[in-house]
Amino acid sequence: MNGPPLPDDGADRKAPLPDRQRKIRGSLASRLLPQTRFGGPMPWVIAILIALVVVAAAGGLSLRNLAENARGDLSTSLTIQIVEANRERRDDLATQAAQIAGSRDLVRSVRVVPESELQQLLEPWLGSAAASEDIPIPALVDVELSRRANPQEIAGLQAALDEAVPNARVDAQSDWLAPVYEALSALQWLALALIALVAFATAAAVWLAARNAFASHRDTVEVIHLLGGTDRQVTNIFQRSVVRDAAFGSVAGLLLGIGAVWLLARQFEALDSGMIGGGGLDWPDWLVIAAIPLAGVLLALVTGRLTIRRALRSML
Amino acid sequence: MRAMTERPSEIVKFDNVGLRYGTDGEVLSDLSFTLFPGSFYFLTGASGAGKTSLLKMLYLAQRPSRGAIRMFGKDMITLPRERLPDFRRRLGVVFQDFRLVDHLSAFDNVALPLRLAGTNEGKVLKAVSDMLAWVGLSHRSQAIPAQMSGGEQQRVAIARAVIARPQLLIADEPTGNVDPEMALKLLRLFEALNNRVGTTVVVATHDVHLLKKVPDSLIMRLHKGRLSDPTGALRFPPRPEARRGATA
Repeated sequence: MNGPPLPDDGADRKAPLPDRQRKIRGSLASRLLPQTRFGGPMPWVIAILIALVVVAAAGGLSLRNLAENARGDLSTSLTIQIVEANRERRDDLATQAAQIAGSRDLVRSVRVVPESELQQLLEPWLGSAAASEDIPIPALVDVELSRRANPQEIAGLQAALDEAVPNARVDAQSDWLAPVYEALSALQWLALALIALVAFATAAAVWLAARNAFASHRDTVEVIHLLGGTDRQVTNIFQRSVVRDAAFGSVAGLLLGIGAVWLLARQFEALDSGMIGGGGLDWPDWLVIAAIPLAGVLLALVTGRLTIRRALRSML
Repeated sequence: MRAMTERPSEIVKFDNVGLRYGTDGEVLSDLSFTLFPGSFYFLTGASGAGKTSLLKMLYLAQRPSRGAIRMFGKDMITLPRERLPDFRRRLGVVFQDFRLVDHLSAFDNVALPLRLAGTNEGKVLKAVSDMLAWVGLSHRSQAIPAQMSGGEQQRVAIARAVIARPQLLIADEPTGNVDPEMALKLLRLFEALNNRVGTTVVVATHDVHLLKKVPDSLIMRLHKGRLSDPTGALRFPPRPEARRGATA
């Protein structure tokens, strides 16, 4: 009988490799655990969650852009309103108010809003009555500032007008939009909270999936341990599976989310509203959205690793 | 020629070891013995005597409830679990229920210890092919355990246990599912490892005929969780070189 095929002396008697170098090669690592390629629920759960994050993030970024554009446009504008029943006197007062405002350093340009334009603005509410001379319409003067005015500067302009045009009232447009800004800010926080909740849900889904996978392959893990496999090697085997599922789910979720954002964008574009037009997404915003699947994979990877390492610590 | 250099003087030393599961009474009590490099041991005892529990402690799947265990010169009681893989790689284990990875082929099962140790794939291919040929399973290299008979699975399990040339080979009823010819062949493999490489071998068996096949072997008899060692040979055995020299 021939002797057993023992390895040559020296070849396998060398000191064991450092743990970092002992990597199970990809093909074996992928085979050590039976792979249910996209058959389990985890990739699809991640896809749905990532799609929700994409929609929430796009919404949040869009609201931020909308608020910033509106604030930028309106914070450097004022309106002077002159309430006077007599039409000729009203026109004179408007001209005077425009001259007083125009003489100040802070003011870049002044424009008396033509009455026809005012009538057009009011027509949707008042109908043909907007053109009636029986309805006294206040004169408006649009004032463009060279920079954002502080409350003292606005009060100074009001004081200057009070002497010559006692019926004039200065409206800083940003003031009456303050509640809108607050609502937009609240919506942005809501989007952030939604993203945080979905991230938590994603981590929970990965945690459950990793725990289940570990439990169903516990025998294999025990064998790998008893044959000298390290926690790092076992973790890496599970990690491959988690990353693969998370990558698929994240990309699918990104596509789903972008599709939903595109549809919503088309709906809002159809509203043809000037304010909503400022809520478009710029390329840095798209970069943020493109980073969401990467963050999803990273979150799944970290959660999966922590879950498996914790489970391994319960074994000898 | 044995590869005995750079080895500790004792492979395993149990000192007053006891084991209990949960709050039940001890299944193993007061175990004190020493396994020297190059020795060949048979572990015998009736069912329920505690053979498998003792083997579990030997292959580092179970810590004792009390007592001290030293393996390869290190205290296993205080050894952090992160360091266990380095010691498990020095062991080869043939489990009673084989414990093959169900979805891996015979080839991949046998290759597993080498791959976990980071052996390059060229060496893995040659070593595993040679080992499978030797246990007569070359033609079954791509079969998964469910497609193999009990005897074939046992041969794969044995090939996996010895492929990395362990310093301590532990086999739990390794010949239980094979025919007498294959049982003898496997025993010769263990002997060859023992003689040529200096592997310490512990074989748990019910087969009394097997005990006579290895003349220099020592017998560890377990009875109701206690080791029968009336002469103290298991605690203070002669060194294998002296023993073999005396028989030569």
